[in-house]
Amino acid sequence: MKLVKVHVTLKEGVLDPQGKAIQGSLSRLGYDHVQEVRVGKYLELKVEDDQHIEQQIEEMCRTLLANPVIENYEYTVEEGVTS
Amino acid sequence: MKFAVIQFPGSNCDRDMYYAAQNALGEEAELVWYEGSNLEGYDAILLPGGFSYGDYLRSGAIASTTDIVTQLKDQADKGVPILGVCNGFQVLLESGLLPGAMLTNRDLKFMCHFEQLVVQNHQTLFTSEYEQNEVISVPIAHQEGNYFCDQSTLTRLRENNQIVFTYQNNPNGSIGDIAGIINERGNVLGMMPHPERAVESRLGSDDGLKLFQSILVNWREHYVAGA
Repeated sequence: MKLVKVHVTLKEGVLDPQGKAIQGSLSRLGYDHVQEVRVGKYLELKVEDDQHIEQQIEEMCRTLLANPVIENYEYTVEEGVTS
Repeated sequence: MKFAVIQFPGSNCDRDMYYAAQNALGEEAELVWYEGSNLEGYDAILLPGGFSYGDYLRSGAIASTTDIVTQLKDQADKGVPILGVCNGFQVLLESGLLPGAMLTNRDLKFMCHFEQLVVQNHQTLFTSEYEQNEVISVPIAHQEGNYFCDQSTLTRLRENNQIVFTYQNNPNGSIGDIAGIINERGNVLGMMPHPERAVESRLGSDDGLKLFQSILVNWREHYVAGA
């Protein structure tokens, strides 16, 4: 079993109103040295061992997990815990 | 004329869409459940608003992977008129039938009120009953209606006259004030505002009715007058 960790983030130049709101909140709490906040998603997938796993994850990211119009994705494949 | 109104788990404007086609327009409409249904044989297909699959992952993303959307793509290839409103528009974007993507509204708020739209292209089968540059009053109801596409896509949309509706006062931050776009072929329209909620004056506006009338007029010209 492999543990796949996928990070989905908004592309540069794509407006992130949520990130802006969080930055505003941090600033109100006194953390006004925070210049920018960008909000993304983190997904964990437990995937059965397969020699084509990288290719499959790539495909999953492109077709569903991320929207390539507005988002970038990164992933790592680690040895998962067998349960 | 026979309309299909596709229902996903979480659709909530399906009855309004049905009412617009069946009662306000006076044509035949059927509610079509997303699972185990066949999209063959309809003259037009309507994708209603709502929160398909609870907007999980991204609005419209999960719905776009269903079998009915595979069938929808086949019908789009055949030239069948397809209208996606609000969440229906989001499904069209996520399925790649229209270019671009939706972001959260600029001010992060769910917005539900009438907006003034400008008809930017009245030479489509969805807008032929409007005047060019006519200003119409149609309600919006969304939180993820901030249309985004890259600069080259925006240029292409403009060059091909694919921007059909714009907001007179942009409420959500959409690029180019875009409220609705059409595919290159001209048979798939997606829009965030709800024309089906503006089909009778007692609803506050009947400006949306002409959209449904346009579909009917064009269908008649193709299949009735030509027969």
